[in-house]
Amino acid sequence: MTKLSRYFEPKFSWLALPFAAVFFIFFVIPLFLTIIVSFWDYNDYSIIPDLIFENYIYIFEGCFQFDADLCMTFKTYLSTLYFCLLTWVLTLLIGFSVAYFLAFYVKTIPVQIALFLICTIPFWTSNVIRMVSWIPLLGRHGLVNDTLIFLGIIDTPVEWFLYSEFSVILALVHLYTLFMIVPIFNSMMRIDKSIIEGAYDAGASEIQILTNIIIPLCKPGIVIGSIFVVTVVMGDFVTIGIMGGQQLASIGKIINTEMNYLQLPGAAANAVILLFITIIIIITMTKFIDIRKEL
Amino acid sequence: MTNKISRRDTLKYGLGATLGATTALYAPAVLSSDAPVIRYLGTAVNMGDDIEKKLFEDTGIKVQYISVTTDEVTKRVLTQPNSFDIVDSEYFSLPKLVPSGNILGMDTSRIKEWDNVTSIFTKGVTPGGKKVGLQGTAPSKVMYLTGATSGKFADEATQYATLIPTVYNADTLGIRPDLIDGPVTSWADLMRPEFKGKAATLNIPSIGIMDAAMVVEAMGEYTYPDKGNMTKAEIDLTMKIFTEAKKAGHFRAFWSDFNESVNLMASGEVVIQSMWSPAITAVKAQGKPCVYQPLKEGYRAWAAGFALPKTTRGKQADVVYEFINWYLSGWVGAYLNRQGYYSAVLGTAKEYMSENEWGFWMEGKPATEDILSPSGAKLGSVGEVRDGGSYEDRMGGVACWNATMDENKYMVRKWNEMVAA
Repeated sequence: MTKLSRYFEPKFSWLALPFAAVFFIFFVIPLFLTIIVSFWDYNDYSIIPDLIFENYIYIFEGCFQFDADLCMTFKTYLSTLYFCLLTWVLTLLIGFSVAYFLAFYVKTIPVQIALFLICTIPFWTSNVIRMVSWIPLLGRHGLVNDTLIFLGIIDTPVEWFLYSEFSVILALVHLYTLFMIVPIFNSMMRIDKSIIEGAYDAGASEIQILTNIIIPLCKPGIVIGSIFVVTVVMGDFVTIGIMGGQQLASIGKIINTEMNYLQLPGAAANAVILLFITIIIIITMTKFIDIRKEL
Repeated sequence: MTNKISRRDTLKYGLGATLGATTALYAPAVLSSDAPVIRYLGTAVNMGDDIEKKLFEDTGIKVQYISVTTDEVTKRVLTQPNSFDIVDSEYFSLPKLVPSGNILGMDTSRIKEWDNVTSIFTKGVTPGGKKVGLQGTAPSKVMYLTGATSGKFADEATQYATLIPTVYNADTLGIRPDLIDGPVTSWADLMRPEFKGKAATLNIPSIGIMDAAMVVEAMGEYTYPDKGNMTKAEIDLTMKIFTEAKKAGHFRAFWSDFNESVNLMASGEVVIQSMWSPAITAVKAQGKPCVYQPLKEGYRAWAAGFALPKTTRGKQADVVYEFINWYLSGWVGAYLNRQGYYSAVLGTAKEYMSENEWGFWMEGKPATEDILSPSGAKLGSVGEVRDGGSYEDRMGGVACWNATMDENKYMVRKWNEMVAA
């Protein structure tokens, strides 16, 4: 209690009430219901209150026979994790570079804001339009292939530009880099310029300033951005579906299909497992850095 | 009805006489607050602005569309039966909807044109007497209920129908004839090696597996007793063939949205794929040749119809029945036929179509004038013949219907495994 009261006046804790209520009604209760339903039974047209573990057993059926092929669930999670990892690395590298440029190389605030807005362009169009627009660019008869053929670099169109792991990663990075830029940029703007000037005066090179001052001080931003990207990609099925030509598995798609066929308890069980794995990833990330302390 | 109009007229003119010009201001308000509104749940397929306008003109009924996907229609009926007054559902959803007790049996004695509903629904034969394939959830197998609220299918014709049929069609593969060498005549052609990386199928398991079964049967790998109700072993066999093809990169993509199939085809990413009739029209509208290729093994058919949720009663039910009677009275039928679908009551639709239109769409005759869609877009020129020919040829060539299998859960899992493979 004493520890808590150091952070806020108990007298004013009611200020947090509206948000706490929203959080409780629209997040905690539905989540709780999802967990409950994941133990229910179901048939073609209804869900039946029960306490069974079949939904979970069904998910992991055949997963522990190590002589056979990898089961669907493990394969799907591996594929989702693979997309997650690659997207995370790429958005981090690109997002950090962009934020670094915006924070330290752009001198005036209006220009910073203008450039920042340009970063949000991918969000100006709807998801569907954004997805459809890749076909004329990356397709077999798309702009990229046509240009490469015109320049004589290739003879036949490159197939893997579209409906491949490449195109999925490209779309994910294109979409979610902004989620990295924003928190990292925010962290960078809070770095006291005199620290950097001091290091510079003491003879540190730009690389040394980057690795010894900026990156350590940007850790909270990096972790927050990483949480955004990882959670979004773990649950994504629209982007992976459309850009992968629906031929690449994602755990979100499995849940989506199960919901369409009214296998709600099965979908709930899958969702609980997905949540569990995502939480583990986030806990691991926050182990590297205590966000609360840094904020 | 006549009573109501004369009462309204008396009111209007009576008031007009006493209050003079002011009634002219009030009358529309009175009328619009009077206008019955029905909430219509269905897929976007049958939800046109034109239909909405014409309905209001003819009957004074207003319709509120609730447009969702096929799967979502089923989900809504099961989980929120009080959120709509009428549902337009597919017949293959019935094995899920009927036992839930959330939809009422439709009283056929209240449907004026019931006796003229095409025999495909009531008897499983075309009007010309051709036997229609009954594999899958064929409408004629789930047409009747033993009672209005019984929740059980009847083997014999009864007074209570599950759905009052509205629209149906026979689906097949779509091809880009300009990008394909040689003829396509069989479902097995989907797997032809030369189409590697240029073929597609749909990622809607319940429909995708039926197309897969048509392919497997055409390849001579297996003959199913009932493609619409496979055993686990049959599902395994079907999915194995498709999984291997998928792993070998045979499919460019799977699609789950109508527009995706249009884009795949129009862009030339895909030259042969499972397709729906309006998607063919959409590709043609972009100036790309596209054929809805009839195949020797026949078509996979689907059908939809109207039902009332158990919560629609009394006066509201009267309005809904009036709407259904209007729907079957011809104007909508002609509208649907002009899009390449088929209407449930053929006779009434014919009255609203020109001889040229009827000949092109229904009788497989060459067009004598340009064929226009309801919105006025040109779909065919003089001399052109509809892909697949006449109604008798197309519907008589149906091999199976969209279905809900007993092993649905297993099938969905196997489908997901294929996607993950």
